[in-house]
Amino acid sequence: MTAPAMHGGLRLAGNKKRSTQSALRIAAAPSQVVLPLDQHAGTAATPLVQVGERVLRGQPIAQPQGEISAWLHASIAGHVSAIELRPTPHRQQPAPCIVIDSDGSEESAAHEPVDVDRLDAVALCEHIAAGGMVGLGGAVFPTAPKLLLGRQADEVHLILNGAECEPWISCDDMLMRERAADILRGASILCRALSAARCSLVIEDDKPEAILAMQAAQSAAHPNIHVPNIDVRVVPTIYPAGGENQLVTTVTGLEVPSGGLPSDIGAICHNVGTAAAVARWIDHGEPLIRRIVTVTGSGVAEASNIEVVLGTSIADVIAQCGGYSGRVARLLMGGSMMGRALASDALPVVKASNCLVVALPTDLQPRGTEMPCIRCGNCSEACPAMLLPQQLHWFARAQDLPALDLHGLLDCIECGCCDHVCPSQIPLTQQFRDAKPALTAHRSAQAAATLARTRFEARDARLARLESERQAKLAERRKSVG
Amino acid sequence: MPWAQEALERPCTLVALDKIRFILWGRAQHDGQLTSMSPQFPTAAAPHVIAPNSVRRVMGLVLCTLVPAIVMHVIFFGAGILVQLLLGIATALAAEAFALRLRHRPLGAFLSDGSAIITGVLIAMCLPPLAPWWLIASGSAFAILLAKHLYGGIGMNPFNPAMVGYAVLLVSFPVQLTQWLPPPLADLQILRPSFSDSLYTIFMGHLPAHLTWDAITSPTPLNSLRTSLAMGHTMQEAQSGPLFGVLGGRGWEWINLALLIGGIWLLALRIIRWHIPVAMLAAMAIPAAILHVLDPGSYAGPLFHLTSGASMLGAFFIATDPVSAATSNRGKLIYGAGIGAITFVIRTWGGYPDGVAFAVLLMNAAVPLIDRYTIPRIYGHAR
Ligand code: SF4
Ligand code: SF4
Repeated sequence: MTAPAMHGGLRLAGNKKRSTQSALRIAAAPSQVVLPLDQHAGTAATPLVQVGERVLRGQPIAQPQGEISAWLHASIAGHVSAIELRPTPHRQQPAPCIVIDSDGSEESAAHEPVDVDRLDAVALCEHIAAGGMVGLGGAVFPTAPKLLLGRQADEVHLILNGAECEPWISCDDMLMRERAADILRGASILCRALSAARCSLVIEDDKPEAILAMQAAQSAAHPNIHVPNIDVRVVPTIYPAGGENQLVTTVTGLEVPSGGLPSDIGAICHNVGTAAAVARWIDHGEPLIRRIVTVTGSGVAEASNIEVVLGTSIADVIAQCGGYSGRVARLLMGGSMMGRALASDALPVVKASNCLVVALPTDLQPRGTEMPCIRCGNCSEACPAMLLPQQLHWFARAQDLPALDLHGLLDCIECGCCDHVCPSQIPLTQQFRDAKPALTAHRSAQAAATLARTRFEARDARLARLESERQAKLAERRKSVG
Repeated sequence: MPWAQEALERPCTLVALDKIRFILWGRAQHDGQLTSMSPQFPTAAAPHVIAPNSVRRVMGLVLCTLVPAIVMHVIFFGAGILVQLLLGIATALAAEAFALRLRHRPLGAFLSDGSAIITGVLIAMCLPPLAPWWLIASGSAFAILLAKHLYGGIGMNPFNPAMVGYAVLLVSFPVQLTQWLPPPLADLQILRPSFSDSLYTIFMGHLPAHLTWDAITSPTPLNSLRTSLAMGHTMQEAQSGPLFGVLGGRGWEWINLALLIGGIWLLALRIIRWHIPVAMLAAMAIPAAILHVLDPGSYAGPLFHLTSGASMLGAFFIATDPVSAATSNRGKLIYGAGIGAITFVIRTWGGYPDGVAFAVLLMNAAVPLIDRYTIPRIYGHAR
């Protein structure tokens, strides 16, 4: 099935073969894990355990705070050795973490498998929340709140994201190849939680094995798996086809409204990894305590996909993949377009760690000297959000907030396409990322001012009305007296 | 870091070490290399892979695509253009270096970006091949110093520098700018001036003894058309002279075809987009076609317009200068169409034989307005 073309985007070298040559590996259990309390989008969780306490594998150790938050579970059995600020791969500043030292046992907390058919949809969503589920594509938005949001739409279309458009990353590819049935099972659970009417799976056409595996799994589905009728959409390999907005538009032909969510137009996107994790939680009682990480780049000896216990140190993971080979130019978490460069490998694997790229200088194409913008238009041609990055660049330098708003700065998805094609080597994405907070503040200040003005005007009008009523009454009285 | 090495080797190591650590730490933090730990790996902001592209590459490719037209120029009008090109490039670079020095900008990166060279080349391609040296020199210098650096240098100029330079020359020295060589015409026994003759003429300001201006110069076809029509001749009579070829002006038609090929090459390289050239050429050809059909006796046909004067140079190499053009695709269509229409009007009814330069400058002035009203619809915003 063909899909409507996305605006802009780039055909990039995928570099995925390096990590898909070998089968999925399982990492050895670590002796210590570091579990940040804020490894999901939204509010950080609050600890339920104290230093010194013994915890079992899979035991909840922190509970969600507020609406957008997630449970956190011990990923190994052992003793809590510290609850303190530690450097993490996903934040600039050190974040509160629970540190668990293994006691060597494999003891797991008991979570009963759940019979999905016995639960109503909302209870199912709550149960999914209890598994600590978050989006595993990298954005780590808590799964349950997303499901509940989706339920508010009239007719829901579940879109499973297996596009995996970023260079280097192949964990979803590998998951689809090796655990297609889990994904289908997860899809059926998510469909039920959403009361979804339709379900699509989007895969880029550079993953023929994954496409075949998913199709085969669908036709060979186990009788007790309620497989919804998933339509598998093969899309051209154009970065960022897997961006949430781009995905929704590809599948539904509709655009996610500016400032809105896909659920506003009845679409909900979940990563294939999330679906598989949900299936594991529902059917086997295993909360989100491990994930598949792509370890790749020319600077690692045995590039592969490896299933890692959350909280394992990155250095440990890389060592299990044969260690460093060569002088590392950059260590990335995520792909080469949107990934974060890590200053150290003494950091834990978190729920967002989809990929570790150990880049040698040959893997990178660093920026040259920055030149002034020559307005060549490459950036606006590549921008999937249909923005004019050259204008945004100009207005961001001038700090012209109204113009930035008019040109849609807040609609920028920070995909990096504009940077990639800029002949002047301008760090546009970084500039836009930095400019956003000021514009958000400006917007809310403006909204507050508008509110104050309407209030003031309403008060004025009310006073004027009272005054005129008083005058009228006075006149009335005078008349009656006269 | 030699200075650090040196400091380490000195006896008062303790103090020096602390100082160095302090400096390095401060630097690293300033460069955003540190979060809370000492960096084990260098970091940078995403994206981490940038396409191997540069302003120098873009400008270099533009120069390459001009080569076929320059070859045609030499074939039809002699080697004068080569001298003009060298003079244009040299003056433009000198002016650029001077301006950069005044503005305390790094010479290396900006001088080598190729933009000044393009300005010099474009002006040279607009001037008569035997025009005196001071014409191209003052035009290029004016373009670089006033039209480019007064506004802040590359990327900041609202007007196309080459066209500002050319327009100033056209207004100040109309006579010198219309002394074109005719193509070598066997029937008229005119020969191409040799390279040494050209060099002599350009620098001495007069012809070598064995040549006379009358023997080697003629008006441009556009110019001759205008004069001829003004004298009451019909279009057919006006175009029957030896200056006219199959499509447009003799020689000129070939140069324009070479420019068209260069332009298509630029399109294929994705350095320019189709919007401006197509809109400009269409806006020139459509009114020409209509008027030509209505009154073939007084109006030249669309092919003549497309293959004469600076049509192709303007459409593919001048109007497409991204710095001074409109931004969005819709804006580019309006901008290009405006240039085409104004050029046609100036050629047909105005006071100058060719109008590309003035049309470009006028539309440059309109760019902020065009940009303001042609912001494209953003993803997720109402149509
Ligand atoms: S790609 Fe770079 S140089 Fe070209 S218009 Fe965009 S910001 Fe300017
Ligand atoms: S980073 Fe923003 S402006 Fe640049 S291409 Fe992506 S969405 Fe467009």
